[in-house]
Amino acid sequence: MALAGTALFAYNARKVVRNIKLGRAVNRTDQPQKRLLTMLKVAFGQTKMAVRPVPFFLHLIVYLGFVIINLEVLEIVIDGAFGTHRVFAGLGGFYNFLIGSFEFLAAGVWLACAIFLIRRNVVKIKRFSGVEMKNWPKSDANYILITEILLMTAFLTMNAADVKLQSLGATHYIEAGAFPVSTWFVGLLPNSVDSLIFIERFCWWFHIAGIFAFLNYLPYSKHFHIMLAFPNTYFSNLKPKGQFTNMDSVTNEVKAMLDPSFVPADTAPGKFGAKDIQDLSRINLLNAYTCTECGRCTSVCPANITGKLLSPRKIMMDTRDRMEEVGKNIDKHGLEHQDGKSLLDDYITREEIWACTSCNACVEACPVNIDPLEIIVELRRYAVMEESVAPASINAMLGNVENNGAPWKYSPADRFNWSEGN
Amino acid sequence: MEFKVPTMAELMAAGEEPEILFWVGCAGSYDERAQKITRDICKILHHVGLKYAVLGTEESCTGDPAKRAGNEFLFQMQAMTNIEVLNAYNIKKIVTGCPHCFNTIKNEYPGLGGTYEVIHHTQLIQELINEGKLKAEGGESFKGKKITYHDPCYLGRANGVYEAPRKALEVLDADLVEMKRCKANGLCCGAGGAQMFKEPEKGKKDVNIERIEEALSTEPQFIAAGCPFCMTMLNDGVKLKDKEQEVKVLDIAEITARANGL
Repeated sequence: MALAGTALFAYNARKVVRNIKLGRAVNRTDQPQKRLLTMLKVAFGQTKMAVRPVPFFLHLIVYLGFVIINLEVLEIVIDGAFGTHRVFAGLGGFYNFLIGSFEFLAAGVWLACAIFLIRRNVVKIKRFSGVEMKNWPKSDANYILITEILLMTAFLTMNAADVKLQSLGATHYIEAGAFPVSTWFVGLLPNSVDSLIFIERFCWWFHIAGIFAFLNYLPYSKHFHIMLAFPNTYFSNLKPKGQFTNMDSVTNEVKAMLDPSFVPADTAPGKFGAKDIQDLSRINLLNAYTCTECGRCTSVCPANITGKLLSPRKIMMDTRDRMEEVGKNIDKHGLEHQDGKSLLDDYITREEIWACTSCNACVEACPVNIDPLEIIVELRRYAVMEESVAPASINAMLGNVENNGAPWKYSPADRFNWSEGN
Repeated sequence: MEFKVPTMAELMAAGEEPEILFWVGCAGSYDERAQKITRDICKILHHVGLKYAVLGTEESCTGDPAKRAGNEFLFQMQAMTNIEVLNAYNIKKIVTGCPHCFNTIKNEYPGLGGTYEVIHHTQLIQELINEGKLKAEGGESFKGKKITYHDPCYLGRANGVYEAPRKALEVLDADLVEMKRCKANGLCCGAGGAQMFKEPEKGKKDVNIERIEEALSTEPQFIAAGCPFCMTMLNDGVKLKDKEQEVKVLDIAEITARANGL
């Protein structure tokens, strides 16, 4: 099972990597120390979560629970594989401390996930709704939380059965560990040793099978963020947020225009801006797979707050969904297949991209440094430079900049008139 | 104005170089409301005796709105032309009257051959206060007046400048109140990303109304701004809410100039 589980995950993870590699390569390997520090702070240390204290605290419990309880999985696996019982019991008091802490954490995770479910489905916090949060994204969130609750229930029930078996003096079940939480549930369990062993074994299998099932669920789910948050923050933008990329391909053309003797070193023509996911950068695509749809971006977006169609979260989800679609096409029909669809228009509309104020609130709000703005700008670049399609007032503004050196229709000769006023 | 604003061409003809170039920007040059801010920045520069100059008619759009709208060609054409002018004048340090010009020249010009020390006018004001060259005396008193400051996106989030404009206000001994959405969480005025030049997409309300409601909820006497586009959006909001008598939207430069009787 372990082999099959891991192999299947590797197979699906490779597909995700292949899909990300459909994007343009960009170099984000500079300043490795600063990148490592960013990853440690933002992904490992979860510093950007702290802006909202309640979800920060609950999420922290689930995160710590996930990381720390997985230490115990090591023992569970060894016990299962070699027929031992609580193989690390030799650690003595420290072992008791560990097992006790795991129990508290498991109970904490259980509670936190229950609260998360209530926040989503009962309190219906606004951030978790929106046009993009119907169907699969909505179920996905609930499946994840329910699975975690089931896993923690199995873990605690296994311990409860164990502690009862230990107290009944069942052979094999040596006395080891401290069980501050599961002790409370001992009374709910049957008294027969055979039934207890069955429950203990059942929960063991459920927990192990559950972990591998969950692992394989990740590539289909927003929950993939538990892995991708790390590379995503490592490769995140370290420059000031207001700095947009200067397009080298354009620089070459502009230089050639201003100086006819200029010969560019690298003449890679290609497309200006992005129409589909292949035109976006690999970072944009990694961003899309990393998004866990928390909606912090959308909840601070001035356009979205005031009722416009634009939702930065939808930009990320559309990018991921389109990438998945292109990936499936490649699986079925080969790399060259064209389905006649594109990210712009079939997923993201013009109305959405033109509603953006480029204020960077979404970028600031993202707990894992996703940048929806860059995708919006790349789509605008395509619309303006490849198609010359933009709102009429934008075209007028561009015309003014070109002809008068100002976005309004004023004469350059009048530019210094302000100095004559009072 | 009571003094003549020096241009780079004049300084060069006289064989002189300024300590700092004042980049006025399109709004500061043509928009009537923003022209006042431009003149106040000049008054401050003149008052402290800093040797400065402007480009006058040689200045052109930085290309910012073109770049945010996706026209990289037009942006780079503007940028390279401007860089040629700036480099020809051997410019080292620039102060801008607009966060959009500030962001573009500071961050996007170096890659195209234009590297300068670029500051926003609120940063210059803070420097001058720190150096003791600028105080809040000899003019209108803002003591105890309720002021709320609106962070421009391209100064705040885009470039991490949150303290300088606040320091410039602290010297007034005024009652500074923060809006709930401020600093890194500041809400856009609605004009960024070339929105200034188009009608908004359809929705429930305009962004500047959302923002002005928040600003007005702090019951300020003054709303302080640091960007000519924010100025337009906030002013429109105050007008729409019919609060022109009670609340004034002023740029940090205007407040500084008033406080010093300039």
